[in-house]
Amino acid sequence: MPGKLKVKIVAGRHLPVMDRASDLTDAFVEVKFGNTTFKTDVYLKSLNPQWNSEWFKFEVDDEDLQDEPLQITVLDHDTYSANDAIGKVYIDIDPLLYSEAATVISGWFPIYDTIHGIRGEINVVVKVDLFNDLNRFRQSSCGVKFFCTTSIPKCYRAVIIHGFVEELVVNEDPEYQWIDRIRTPRASNEARQRLISLMSGELQRKIGLKVLEMRGNAVVGYLQCFDLEGESGLVVRAIGTACTLDKLSSPAAFLPACNSPSKEMKEIPFNEDPNPNTHSSGPSTPLKNQTYSFSPSKSYSRQSSSSDTDLSLTPKTGMGSGSAGKEGGPFKALLRQQTQSALEQRGGSPHRFCRRREFPFFTLTAFPPGFLVHVGGVVSARSVKLLDRIHNPAFVGIMGNTRSYKLLDWNSFNSDEPETRDAWWAEIRQEIKSHAKALGCHAVVGYSESTSICEEVCILSASGTAAVLNPRFLQDGTVEGCLEQRLEENLSTRCGFCHIPYDELNMPFPAHLTYCYNCRKQKVPDVLFTTIDLPTDATVIGKGCLIQARLCRLKKKAQAEANATAISNLLPFMEYEVHTQLMNKLKLKGMNALFGLRIQITVGENMLMGLASATGVYLAALPTPGGIQIAGKTPNDGSYEQHISHMQKKINDTIAKNKELYEINPPEISEEIIGSPIPEPRQRSRLLRSQSESSDEVTELDLSHGKKDAFVLEIDDTDAMEDVHSLLTDVPPPSGFYSCNTEIMPGINNWTSEIQMFTSVRVIRLSSLNLTNQALNKNFNDLCENLLKSLYFKLRSMIPCCLCHVNFTVSLPEDELIQVTVTAVAITFDKNQALQTTKTPVEKSLQRASTDNEELLQFPLELCSDSLHSHPFPPVKEHLESASSNSGIPAAQRATSVDYSSFADRCSSWIELIKLKAQTIRRGSIKTTVTVEKASPVGDGNFRNRSAPPCANSTVGVVKMTPLSFIPGAKITKYLGIINMFFIRETTSLREEGGVSGFLHAFIAEVFAMVRAHVAALGGNAVVSYIMKQCVFMENPNKNQAQCLINVSGDAVVFVRESDLEVVSSQQPTTNCQSSCTEGEVTT
Amino acid sequence: MTSELDIFVGNTTLIDEDVYRLWLDGYSVTDAVALRVRSGILEQTGATAAVLQSDTMDHYRTFHMLERLLHAPPKLLHQLIFQIPPSRQALLIERYYAFDEAFVREVLGKKLSKGTKKDLDDISTKTGITLKSCRRQFDNFKRVFKVVEEMRGSLVDNIQQHFLLSDRLARDYAAIVFFANNRFETGKKKLQYLSFGDFAFCAELMIQNWTLGAVDSQMDDMDMDLDKEFLQDLKELKVLVADKDLLDLHKSLVCTALRGKLGVFSEMEANFKNLSRGLVNVAAKLTHNKDVRDLFVDLVEKFVEPCRSDHWPLSDVRFFLNQYSASVHSLDGFRLECGGTIWAHCNLHLPGSSNSPASAFQVAGTTSVHHHAQQFFLYFQ
Repeated sequence: MPGKLKVKIVAGRHLPVMDRASDLTDAFVEVKFGNTTFKTDVYLKSLNPQWNSEWFKFEVDDEDLQDEPLQITVLDHDTYSANDAIGKVYIDIDPLLYSEAATVISGWFPIYDTIHGIRGEINVVVKVDLFNDLNRFRQSSCGVKFFCTTSIPKCYRAVIIHGFVEELVVNEDPEYQWIDRIRTPRASNEARQRLISLMSGELQRKIGLKVLEMRGNAVVGYLQCFDLEGESGLVVRAIGTACTLDKLSSPAAFLPACNSPSKEMKEIPFNEDPNPNTHSSGPSTPLKNQTYSFSPSKSYSRQSSSSDTDLSLTPKTGMGSGSAGKEGGPFKALLRQQTQSALEQRGGSPHRFCRRREFPFFTLTAFPPGFLVHVGGVVSARSVKLLDRIHNPAFVGIMGNTRSYKLLDWNSFNSDEPETRDAWWAEIRQEIKSHAKALGCHAVVGYSESTSICEEVCILSASGTAAVLNPRFLQDGTVEGCLEQRLEENLSTRCGFCHIPYDELNMPFPAHLTYCYNCRKQKVPDVLFTTIDLPTDATVIGKGCLIQARLCRLKKKAQAEANATAISNLLPFMEYEVHTQLMNKLKLKGMNALFGLRIQITVGENMLMGLASATGVYLAALPTPGGIQIAGKTPNDGSYEQHISHMQKKINDTIAKNKELYEINPPEISEEIIGSPIPEPRQRSRLLRSQSESSDEVTELDLSHGKKDAFVLEIDDTDAMEDVHSLLTDVPPPSGFYSCNTEIMPGINNWTSEIQMFTSVRVIRLSSLNLTNQALNKNFNDLCENLLKSLYFKLRSMIPCCLCHVNFTVSLPEDELIQVTVTAVAITFDKNQALQTTKTPVEKSLQRASTDNEELLQFPLELCSDSLHSHPFPPVKEHLESASSNSGIPAAQRATSVDYSSFADRCSSWIELIKLKAQTIRRGSIKTTVTVEKASPVGDGNFRNRSAPPCANSTVGVVKMTPLSFIPGAKITKYLGIINMFFIRETTSLREEGGVSGFLHAFIAEVFAMVRAHVAALGGNAVVSYIMKQCVFMENPNKNQAQCLINVSGDAVVFVRESDLEVVSSQQPTTNCQSSCTEGEVTT
Repeated sequence: MTSELDIFVGNTTLIDEDVYRLWLDGYSVTDAVALRVRSGILEQTGATAAVLQSDTMDHYRTFHMLERLLHAPPKLLHQLIFQIPPSRQALLIERYYAFDEAFVREVLGKKLSKGTKKDLDDISTKTGITLKSCRRQFDNFKRVFKVVEEMRGSLVDNIQQHFLLSDRLARDYAAIVFFANNRFETGKKKLQYLSFGDFAFCAELMIQNWTLGAVDSQMDDMDMDLDKEFLQDLKELKVLVADKDLLDLHKSLVCTALRGKLGVFSEMEANFKNLSRGLVNVAAKLTHNKDVRDLFVDLVEKFVEPCRSDHWPLSDVRFFLNQYSASVHSLDGFRLECGGTIWAHCNLHLPGSSNSPASAFQVAGTTSVHHHAQQFFLYFQ
């Protein structure tokens, strides 16, 4: 069904001089959509033309509306020669296609040229009239909302979380088409930009269709990536989580369900066998697990799971051995067989959800309270593929007419058909799924996929966190009954996710289990690795910190299959070492859990790089980590002994220092009082004590204790020595700085409103002479450390601050070049407030929210926080959301002072507690929702008021950018749509533009500018969940040339300062504390 | 391991004021790093020299990119590439257009041409200001000059509008532009004792009173060029010294008025004719371009120096000049011979009479002879 697109070109400014003689420009504009082009008049002799054109109207299918970008070209009119292009603007009109988002795009857009960069600006107004389409066979999916945010967006409520959606589109890369030899670099770049814009539009539309099919209305955690495969093409792929979202404008409608304790719904025992509906292939028996996990799988993979067993586990026991992308027939046949059997199982399962739940994956990293029941551990799979072998039958991409090849059905999969990338990914996902099953989990959360390509070798990676989810959210219309469930769970909410999901007797790997330190009922592993954000209800002691493992491995240069084999042989060792490093560093920090783990393996011509980043925290529910124990191989040598003990002392000192630095003071637990003494923990605590007393004692420790309290590092050669040294060389950030790669820094919750998002890129050239693994490792380590130091120095004016969402990306653009790209956001926080965590501003807002707050607060804090969690989906307005995120902290504080002798008493009378809580819940929920109702219209109105003055002052409004899903001290009132932009910049005058640094610096600044301009044109004032997905930089200094491709995405939003909200609404007297932290607002 | 590329781009452009200053002062990256190391920043922050180097390079690159925009400050406000808070924008502009006293003293009144630009290295060695910084300042003068050269309206307002400078800086630029346009000679040894502030003060008064804009406010170039008609009219002042009777009458009028009030009365009385002749001759010659250029030199030679040799205190000079111009009004013959406009101009020529003495005193400080003369000169202007 058609829609009508209307475009008006208003004016231009700061245009470049195109006519040397007059120092002026005769500019006109071409507006193109699909195959229709309109032109404005030529505005003679001006650098600030006022076209004020009529409305150009395009009547188009909504399919086209989704796929095509609006293309605006500014040209200089030449009477005698061809008109010169000044530059272009591509506008994605997708945000105009769903009702709640933007209604008009209007503003100044930078005019961008791939050779010259930004050349002036153009003022454009775009509108869309969309006719409702009721055709059920439609090809478009207008109305499906897309979010990059990997959590439920702040002003929405998730009704159902349907699950995984994925799609990929393949086309020929224009850069490698024959025509590229005769066209200009500009034409080639533009063809590429346009093609990718088209492909991502198409991809989004197709994913939208899938979502509609699932009866969802939104995609959350949408991640789109490009694979520039060179000769073999260009792949655009995307994954996301389909959801049904409700706008939070009418929270009242939701209330009754929560407040009626009517239905007697039986709780399903999650631990053993979750609701069969939730996962497709029946109950997971140990036998089946084995079949999957030890299959001679084609791709190399390995499960890194929730324990230190990684060390004792040789990589081979993981999942088969690494193998080349292409392999012999028998293996393949085996694989097929297996896949087939899996499919049969699925086919046989009678559930109606089976089709859609092909992969029970979720790209989300943060969840509504209660969604996550248990976390198993990180699952990952990698596969090495050769690109030159692909001959895709549907590979007939012609410019502007893309077709993708998609395997429609698994059943049609047979060995005669050529492999496609779809099949590759399906294979990897299958493996992930089986790993998850091996961990006793039916779902994978925090799921992501990535590739690394070098020449014709491609490593596909997928990773996620195996988890058991609460089935309620996965089904239609099951919001009721939530209350009951919650009540039963209440006691263990804050530690529940740490409990092992797998069967203790049938553990997929040797792990060391203890009883949960929080509830004392369930078993927990001693270390937990996850790819998700720290759950808001988790109890954390102290602060978190960024932990990185860095690794390089040299590899012989080789061709095709030999190369692929070499890589896949190296991979297991790399993963093993990365995990070892992570584990060591975690122990060194005195922490016991990793969140947001992201392991990136990058392949280059002659080396492989591994970089793992995660945020380490101390989870109160998990046992105290033991120290690191160094053992020498040659105990007779006296001096060696001495050296070892010296080193040991150093390590112990570091651990002690780190504990102090990150304020890790776990409560001294006296097991006896609890009444059920568990032997292991007691031993542990004794060991720990002895360790902290003196280092000498530690060296004497009898390791035959067998319990892995102290983590043993064997030093048998210089390599190991190096490793230990490198452990110790990691310098902590300067005082006043914290860093993490998750959304929020555990242990800090009083953010002030100053934020600074930045991207930093570094490329180093290695000296090619006699490179060794050690030298390489050192170089790489130095590179990352220096980069971090540099960041700390640059941002020193923001102290005290925290670098959040630190995202490192490594690439190897050439033989001896290593490129590291970092994007992160620095957020300031109030140091004074950091100390008194219980007095969070959020709680104050809560206080203000309820008139009978005193009564509410009389309950122990635990209850207070529980009451919040008890909303199955609390109306997630900003402050409430953060309220729940903060509530973990007071609890943690409390834990330190709690008298455990009362624990049993409390347990015995927990029924009474529940009654109390039920009251609290009812009270709390009513109160809070009322506030929300009041606040939101005020917020909207307020923003309108607010937005006016800055515009009046200067024409350029401030647009904030952040990789986080929220803006500290502000409330997101509206999501305007997804920003997904791809830019190419090329230069043939590299020296003149300030060399590579000057070139890239300018380009990145331009990319930021264009993102900001688009957001501002949509009426937004911030980008959240911003991510630079790709930054491919190529240079040829000899030819004075360079080229760079950048792909960024994020969600355009409108936010309102909380302080403004308060001033306007003036519902309650502003607490001094709150205002003081938000008043220091600086335009960022 | 060598660093090939090293950049940092913030959503809000980071601007380090210290580095900006070093950049403006024309230090190379290496020198700037050395200076920063000396400032003890490494100890304060615990950073390494490599970090400092990278940071400095990064800032320099940013400034380099910003420089293009700083050439037309309104562009900086409207551009989209760098997100800079308004206060920072103002700081960037103000600092960029700030200049060194020593440098401006060297080029004041010179033609802002390529030729002068070539001499910048001499100025650089003489003043100890880096050549880069000299070039920036020179280019700033030239750019401002070019932009406001043919514009209507008040010079200061134009400069403020097109370069978004603070009021004080815009006034200074107006003085520089005015001097450059009229090419007043300021480099002579005799004039060395005068500071830029002194000249700027003169320029302001001259713009107010001597230019086309002072007469008619709607003309091109109005504040830049001297009013030719006025200069022509000044010729007629010659009668004050040419006509013996008039001269005597004038002298007696002044002397009567000042008797007892002047500490140096006798010297004044003795020198009156010389002084009057000197002043009137300077004024009368102003129709020739060359003499206009030498205005300040002549004034110093003909008036300031005689006064200085007689040790006139500043207040006496003021009294004298006030009375000198005031008494002309009461000269019968003069009034007959010259039209009303001339009077107006004549007053303007000797603005000591028309301006409040306080303004001159504000700059005055000590009582040394040297300073007397200086203030006297200002006052006279």
